[in-house]
Amino acid sequence: MVEDGRTAIDIRNVRKVYGSGGGAVTAIERASLDIADNEFFTLLGPSGCGKTTLLRLIAGFEATTEGEIFLYGDEIEDLPPFKRPVNTVFQHYSLFPHMTVAENVGFGLKMLGRPKAEIGEAVERSLSLVKMSDFARRKPSQMSGGQQQRVALARALAPNPKVLLLDEPLSALDLKLRQAMRNELKTLQRETGITFVFVTHDQEEALTMSDRIAVMSNGLIQQIGSPLDIYERPLNRFVADFIGDTNFVEADIASVEGGVATCQSAGGLEMRAAVVDGHGVGDRVTLALRPEKMSLAASANGGAATPGRIESADYLGTSTSYKVMLDGGVTLAVREQNPVDASTVLAAGDAVHVSIPVGTARMLVD
Amino acid sequence: MTDAARTTPDIALPDAKVAGKASGQKRKGFEVGSFPGLKTWTWVFFIYLYAPIVVLVVYSFNANNRAQKWTGFSTSWYAKAFSNDDIQSATINTLIVASAATVLATAMALLAALALARGGRFKGSTASLGLISLPLIVPEIATAVATLSFFVVIGIQFGLLTLIIAHTVFCIPFAFLPIRARLEGMDDTLEQAAMDLYASRWKAFRYVTFPLLLPGIVAGAMLSFIISVDDFIISLMVAGAGSTTLPLYIYGMIRVGISPEVNVISTVMLLISLVFITAYWLLTRGDDHTVH
Repeated sequence: MVEDGRTAIDIRNVRKVYGSGGGAVTAIERASLDIADNEFFTLLGPSGCGKTTLLRLIAGFEATTEGEIFLYGDEIEDLPPFKRPVNTVFQHYSLFPHMTVAENVGFGLKMLGRPKAEIGEAVERSLSLVKMSDFARRKPSQMSGGQQQRVALARALAPNPKVLLLDEPLSALDLKLRQAMRNELKTLQRETGITFVFVTHDQEEALTMSDRIAVMSNGLIQQIGSPLDIYERPLNRFVADFIGDTNFVEADIASVEGGVATCQSAGGLEMRAAVVDGHGVGDRVTLALRPEKMSLAASANGGAATPGRIESADYLGTSTSYKVMLDGGVTLAVREQNPVDASTVLAAGDAVHVSIPVGTARMLVD
Repeated sequence: MTDAARTTPDIALPDAKVAGKASGQKRKGFEVGSFPGLKTWTWVFFIYLYAPIVVLVVYSFNANNRAQKWTGFSTSWYAKAFSNDDIQSATINTLIVASAATVLATAMALLAALALARGGRFKGSTASLGLISLPLIVPEIATAVATLSFFVVIGIQFGLLTLIIAHTVFCIPFAFLPIRARLEGMDDTLEQAAMDLYASRWKAFRYVTFPLLLPGIVAGAMLSFIISVDDFIISLMVAGAGSTTLPLYIYGMIRVGISPEVNVISTVMLLISLVFITAYWLLTRGDDHTVH
């Protein structure tokens, strides 16, 4: 991430309510966040979490109910969409069907009243950026979804916006194309130096492309952080659950020493995790454990492994996903990379020992 | 398609096709296309529909001065009709009224369609939609009498102006429907995309909405034009002296007797209608793939 200290977008206490009175629907409960200049920032969440609404508020298609949005220090609340130096890539591309690709891409600059020569150059540059130079004379209806997607991207980039807003732009593409476009988008962002605000419900997209992610749910921002932060150090149950697979174990804090709590679960499982503010000895807390952090062994090997029995084993190709019932009654999902000799993969009914390395358990706020 | 093909799952598509064909042959008797006598009946139906029109056109070329008796081919009645002052002025009146009514009705219909499709839901939007289309269902004679009484009450002089006002009113729904159909099929993210790309509301309309709506607008305008040219009942009520339109003139001539001149004018009007309907069809047939 290139952090030069400038803030591209500053969202302060924004609230958005559709309708009024009894039929009012709250899309954004309360949201505050800063997006740095030149950052690839992702709004991630399930449908209806308010991520698209937030994007539309930045673009100017919706007005905030409360709060302010600043773009490079300027309040933009009173500006209509056509006066905001941001461009959008729409979910279904929304290319103008009666114009050629070149006319589509040049539309923004034409509306800005730029001279023809400049528009022509910008169109060429943008199309070559997305490798669509050969399609300039085509109509949108003569192209595949992936090609239309690229043109939509070129159209939004051509006026050289300060911020590019992308509303689930990859969701209509098939899997292979989607994966290829992820890399291209990331490269494009680095090359152009434009701040990207990307909306998606796909955690993999968010993790692979973003500098930072804001996880949203029910109109609230649950956590903001780097992909690593979000995955390794989820703040609450929603984030831990929405991104990746997680075991949730209820446990009581037995003792605290130097910021690390020793927790005791109902089944007698003992785990250590960093204490979260507001929790102390005697509290019931939820611990999150990622399945791939733990490992299984047929024998105890003298370590601090906990004995148990495999309830089910799902072979997934690169790895195998196990459900292990510990002797104390706690069930854990554990994922193991498959060994060279796949015939040694453990099976349901096998007795195993689960080892949980220090640092695996993560205490959640709620 | 037959039941057998319909219930076969998608995965077995090649097989399903074969099965469909086979069972289709077995059940040939159920297909509407193979009913006995269908072809004959179809011909009878079309002759019933179009024979009078063919007779009308053929007799407009009759040399005889009695319309019902064929004596030989001649275009003399065309020359006579075109040089008839009354017919000329009736034609001009018809064109003035139709053009003015078309422009006014199309403009109003466009605004109404935009307001209803893009203005968001407002109190009474469904009612507005119904009210705009209502003139299509109200018996024309009722509209005619109502219009007549209305003009009498407000004391307006009967003439071209009253004709234009009355025609505009009944042309609006005809102009409205194609425009609205076109707008419904066009999602508003295109306008949002335009505004996102620095187009003001007006420019977004001018460069995106309007060009995409144009086929609908032209189609609506042409429908209005034909409806106006054709109108008789309302015109009869509200036309003043000196503002006779072609249908009124034809009616006046027929009361005297069917002369070949009437056939000539009718044929010309038929031709105009045909040209417009063809153009309308050409403009609207591409609707399926021009938007989306």
